[in-house]
Amino acid sequence: MWTYFHKLASPPHFYALSAKLIPWLAALGVILVAYGTFAGLFLAPPDYQQGDAFRIIYVHVPAAYLSMMAYMIMAVSAGIGLIWRMKLAHAVAAGAAPLGAWFTFLALITGSIWGRPMWGTWWEWGDPRLTSELIMLFLYFGYMALRSAIDDTARADRASAVLALVGAVNVPIIHFSVEWWSSLHQGATLVRADGPAIQSAMLYPLLAMIFGFTFLFGALLLQRVRTEVLYRERRARWVRSLLLPAEGSA
Amino acid sequence: MDIMAMGEYGAYVWSSFTLTLIVLIVCTLQAKHRHEKTVKNLRTRLRAMESEE
Repeated sequence: MWTYFHKLASPPHFYALSAKLIPWLAALGVILVAYGTFAGLFLAPPDYQQGDAFRIIYVHVPAAYLSMMAYMIMAVSAGIGLIWRMKLAHAVAAGAAPLGAWFTFLALITGSIWGRPMWGTWWEWGDPRLTSELIMLFLYFGYMALRSAIDDTARADRASAVLALVGAVNVPIIHFSVEWWSSLHQGATLVRADGPAIQSAMLYPLLAMIFGFTFLFGALLLQRVRTEVLYRERRARWVRSLLLPAEGSA
Repeated sequence: MDIMAMGEYGAYVWSSFTLTLIVLIVCTLQAKHRHEKTVKNLRTRLRAMESEE
């Protein structure tokens, strides 16, 4: 089994395998998001309190969930890279950061658009859920700025990994903020001790969106990691024979 | 057209979904562009190294 993992983590093997995986992930993601969007907009009944504005959750919830998931992937990979000096792990961390930043941005903006008609405000300074999510956006920016400020890849990996790990304390704070402090933000609907508090006609499109976004995220992450791997392995023989196949045929 | 109006919340709902679509497209294009640029740069570099040899 260990040899299998070693083979999987070897850059040329990862590069080839991910190329086969990406189209499937992307296709599954597009199908699920297309269904979820249609069903969420037109088939699900309007919420009895929020009317049609509740439909924003179909993009807001997956974006918010992935914004945190991306951070966990980034921090855990950075930690693995730091402790076991695994090259692929650092590439995953570096690839996850810009995607995480985009999904955090999306979660903040769609939340703000929902908040305007529902809470009567675009933004509430001091609200724990909103503030901690905004802090995560700055953590992503800090991580990317730190990486791009250091030319040496190995040093950039180590320095940014420390930042990613320190910032990871923010993720549980985001998750539990609505329970620990009083927040404008509503509590959890799906992940509850007594099961999801939502009817199935509303739930299924949401699940389709969550899984669809996850597959799309997976495809995007793999593609970004491939780019990282290619650059990091630029001196390796396999990259050379991949990019410059036998003279004449290229 | 009632179904498109989303009650009184049409502007909020449609702007959220449109922005999401844009972000997903930008993410895809960014990843693709970055990869192509990297391949192109590395290829140029490898060719230059090869001609030096």
